[in-house]
Amino acid sequence: MDRLAFDIAHLLAGGLVLVSFMMLYQDRLYALLNIFAVHALVLAASVGWQAHIQDAPHLYVTAGIALVFKGLVIPMALHRMIQRLGIHREIETVIGVGPTMLAGMGLVALSVAVMLQVTEGADPIAREDLAFALAVVLLGLLMMVTRRNAVSQVVGFMSLENGLVLAATGARGMPLVVEISVAFSILIAFIVIGIFLFRIRERFDTVDVQALDRHRGERQ
Amino acid sequence: MALMPDLLAQFLQMALVLALAPLLTGFVRKLKGRLLRRRGPPVLQPYRDLLRLLRKEVVLAENASWLFRAAPYLIFATTWVAAALVPTFATGLLYSWSADLIAIIALLGSARFLLALAGMDVGTSFGGIGSSREVMIASLAEPAMLLIAFTVALVAGSTQLSTVAAFMGSPEVGLRVSLGMAAIALVMVAIAENARIPVDNPATHLELTMVHEAMVLEYSGRHLAMIEFASHLKLLLYVSLIACLFVPWGLAPHGAGPAAFAAGAAAWIGKLAAGGTLLAVFETAIAKMRVFRVPEFLGAALMLGLLATLLMFVSRSL
Repeated sequence: MDRLAFDIAHLLAGGLVLVSFMMLYQDRLYALLNIFAVHALVLAASVGWQAHIQDAPHLYVTAGIALVFKGLVIPMALHRMIQRLGIHREIETVIGVGPTMLAGMGLVALSVAVMLQVTEGADPIAREDLAFALAVVLLGLLMMVTRRNAVSQVVGFMSLENGLVLAATGARGMPLVVEISVAFSILIAFIVIGIFLFRIRERFDTVDVQALDRHRGERQ
Repeated sequence: MALMPDLLAQFLQMALVLALAPLLTGFVRKLKGRLLRRRGPPVLQPYRDLLRLLRKEVVLAENASWLFRAAPYLIFATTWVAAALVPTFATGLLYSWSADLIAIIALLGSARFLLALAGMDVGTSFGGIGSSREVMIASLAEPAMLLIAFTVALVAGSTQLSTVAAFMGSPEVGLRVSLGMAAIALVMVAIAENARIPVDNPATHLELTMVHEAMVLEYSGRHLAMIEFASHLKLLLYVSLIACLFVPWGLAPHGAGPAAFAAGAAAWIGKLAAGGTLLAVFETAIAKMRVFRVPEFLGAALMLGLLATLLMFVSRSL
């Protein structure tokens, strides 16, 4: 039973890293949103499994939040936003898919190397969840850096937060209040970013954030 | 004398792969035809093609070197040896001590090397295009294949196929995300290596898109028969390899009686039929991709292999 519990936790956490890579690989906005919804689904399954093996019913609430907000509400809101902005085109990346993938691999290797060193002696499931969670966070950051489209940067930010939730559930005894406040701050951030997107669009007629560089005086 | 039955079983496998390889290709072609609502060629057509080619006269280009004439036999021989090493109906055959996953990759790699050289030998432009594309595909497919081998070796603790198959069949293997990734990556590599549809169209003779066919354009007669036979064998090899690594049920253990061998052979033929059906459905459902998209396709396989190896390291070091 213990072995199987570990294997399933490993499967789900590894699946989350894999879905992060699939997001990096996508070059269409709608496909990116669908995969982001899958990311949230895998996260909800992973958190649900942790709730089951840790006997922590409050984690089911976290799983529910992930499923409803990140799996349904935010992707649908982003869908509508893209329709309203009229930008359902291919995503402009700063560097190509190949180098991004290689950088992502490097980040996964880095987070595994770091986390397994730091957390020596802890519970195996927690160690592994922390390693994968750091990988998901770093991949989210990588996605924000390598994309020029503001919508895909938002998706990168949200997937980063999924990594934080994975880390929080892996470590036992995370209070529910913290979880809920994190979830709501993310929602607020999402709303603020959404308003921002429309403002950027109004002013510069694009959501390509490179247009902002000129106005900050970084580029002539 | 325990050597005799072992030797017999090994020879049986060598004969069996040779006998069934064209049948698998014929089955896939027939099924693809049926799926497209054509009648499709008869299942035995590849045998007839091979016999016809063997009887025909060889036409050689004037400037063809010895390499051009020797390459088909060498390609056939290396592919046959590789196919004989993969456990098909039984594990622990006589050659299984050398049935190492890396050895099989090396054998297939040398066959490809010879084919690419032969494609360039006569000096026609199509042969050169085919060779350069083949090598471009190989430069991504082979690292991906090696990473799959590493993942499997990390899980099973060996690269020897008999040991790996025995381990995969036991309940010890558990539920592992790495193996799933490795399986998907292996299927992608197998599609690319066998020049199947998203990467290359095996039925095409349109010069701009072909890879494998462009290399063998100059061959005729028994040389062409050897090369075609080698490509049938390669398809059989990959289907058997996937079956033996990821669905190893029904393999007869070492030293089993003829009844177990017969059951293993029946299971193997069932797996081949299932693999051929899946391949035909997959090929019918999707379109061929542009040549310059192939590196992305294989890059994904490479990435899956790398990620599988990394995740394997995590769960091993805990």
